[in-house]
Amino acid sequence: MPLLEVSDLHTSFFTPAGEVRAVNGISFNLDRGKVLGIVGESGSGKSVTAYSIMQILASTGKIVSGSIKLDGQELVNAGEKVMKTVRGNKVSIIFQDPMTSLNPTYTIGHQLMEAIHLHTSRDRRQARERAVEMLRLVNINEPEKRMNQYPFEFSGGMRQRIMIAMALACEPDILIADEPTTALDVTIQAQILELMKSLQEELGMAILIITHDLGVVAQMCDEVIVMYAGSICEQGTADEIFYNPRHEYTKGLLRSIPTADTAGAKLQPITGTPIDLLNMPKGCPFAPRCENAMKICLERRCERMEINEEHQAACWMNVKAGVEDGSIPIDTQEGGEAK
Amino acid sequence: MSQARDLPLVEAKHLKEYFPVNIGMFRTRPLKAVDDVSFSIRRGETLGLVGESGCGKTTVGRTLLHLYKPTGGEILYNGKPVSSKADIHAFRKKATMVFQDPYSSLNPRMTVSDIIGEPLDVHKMYASRQERQERILELMNRVGLNSEHAARYAHEFSGGQRQRIGIARALALDPDFIVCDEPVSALDVSIQAQVINMFDELQAQMGLTYLFIAHDILVVRHISDRIAVMYLGKMVELADAAEIYERPLHPYTKSLMSAVPLPDPKAARANKRIVLTGDIPSPLNAPSGCPFRTRCPNATEACAAAMPEFKELAPGHYVACHRAGELN
Repeated sequence: MPLLEVSDLHTSFFTPAGEVRAVNGISFNLDRGKVLGIVGESGSGKSVTAYSIMQILASTGKIVSGSIKLDGQELVNAGEKVMKTVRGNKVSIIFQDPMTSLNPTYTIGHQLMEAIHLHTSRDRRQARERAVEMLRLVNINEPEKRMNQYPFEFSGGMRQRIMIAMALACEPDILIADEPTTALDVTIQAQILELMKSLQEELGMAILIITHDLGVVAQMCDEVIVMYAGSICEQGTADEIFYNPRHEYTKGLLRSIPTADTAGAKLQPITGTPIDLLNMPKGCPFAPRCENAMKICLERRCERMEINEEHQAACWMNVKAGVEDGSIPIDTQEGGEAK
Repeated sequence: MSQARDLPLVEAKHLKEYFPVNIGMFRTRPLKAVDDVSFSIRRGETLGLVGESGCGKTTVGRTLLHLYKPTGGEILYNGKPVSSKADIHAFRKKATMVFQDPYSSLNPRMTVSDIIGEPLDVHKMYASRQERQERILELMNRVGLNSEHAARYAHEFSGGQRQRIGIARALALDPDFIVCDEPVSALDVSIQAQVINMFDELQAQMGLTYLFIAHDILVVRHISDRIAVMYLGKMVELADAAEIYERPLHPYTKSLMSAVPLPDPKAARANKRIVLTGDIPSPLNAPSGCPFRTRCPNATEACAAAMPEFKELAPGHYVACHRAGELN
């Protein structure tokens, strides 16, 4: 049984301008001890997916339908009481901005111990010991002294390490990292990613990394989900996604990043502008920007289909290719002949 | 290459920019944001400037345009110093800037045509209203904006389109030199490539010279002819883009290049990353001697004693490191 099982999740925000379908029917599993990356651009619904799992959505947001199962236990509509035992204990989250996610008016030690008190039965002294141990684990020098300092006395990279210490203090099964290194410099980013990787190997938790940076994904993830406009375009092992992309959006994304080979040459950007979530097209959400869009792409959404055991994609181009080489018989795939 | 083409368009000599910081009542201490930085940019060239937050790269760009008055040193344009008020006014017609944040660098109360037209107003570059309007529409077309949207406000545009508005504004005076301060870092990957391509096209069409400031090394590597690396207010290395990426000489550049997360899982697995310990020191308490010595794996006593000279180790490859010669 997968540790986390998300199926057909729909999350919407109800705004004066209308319903914004931020997450529009996504399904995925996360196994114990694995690192799963969700990549996508702003507005693709990657953070909302994480907030839905933790149920920390803004007041206008709501899980409309679908199911989120943690270790077999249903979390959607489970109620705040259940969620309190999940958050921090079983699933922890670290946020993008380490500058604003710590309370400036309390010491680091106070904030770490608060998390430990809330979720375990340790007494004051034990909680303090555990906090010091966690700081040492994330490579903070002189942890006893640092316990009594305030967040402003720490640099950005150190604050993010403290957030990681706090998130891991209660040994969660899953760590959700929402753009954990976006606000940090490259050399500090390398430190944090290295730390997350070694802690993951040491403690054996599963990590869900949410990022827009394909470089971070390539470095960290076993499996990758590519999201666009609230839907999953493609899912597979990191090698499959990077070396054998089978969705036009993923292909476009990979083509548009500058690499050593593109110096002096032109980049191949994805044309057009990001989608307006209030006016979603009827067919594939990427179709308006896709240079290979066919008639059916504008009419109907493609279901996710298996490319191989380690790879699924939702793109009509694969159906077209399948029909052409005869691997998909035309009569069973109604989409096939309508190109 | 001919002599004329090689002549620098913009030159900074021993540029210094210190900001006074209050450290108690009536006492200040200088924050050396830029400390003795020299470089030159040839006509038609793109010089990339990389470094981490607080290294002074943005301050270099702003001081170069006299948005800050330099504390010391000299700025030369076309071989002539820019120092008097008249010099600066004339220089600013030829040198403009594109800012990082397309959300806060455009006035929300002005229409797009007024934003793009403002430099024209300031420098009185038109004879009639109609000429002004025609110029604005031409600029909008040039950066790929629909000129029918001239009467709209900035908030009606997406991030990529706003950055195009900022670029059109920078182009309004037909400049020679543009300081691009992190112009694509606020944009999504797919939009980022569109804007980078536009910078390339504009350079080819108009013969522009860029100082391209960014922290994303893959982007800078793509767009630049040469790259300069800064650390704590000092320039530590300067070389051709391919050279500095493949054969960095300064230990800081080495770790910076190896820390870049490559969008390629196999390369990422094979990459031997040089992870630096510790954090960047505060520029208010910069270490003595070489600023990088506190994090440098090869630091010796000599590094604490004196700031290494910025010298040419290979043709066109400058580096400021005492041990660069023996270690490479």
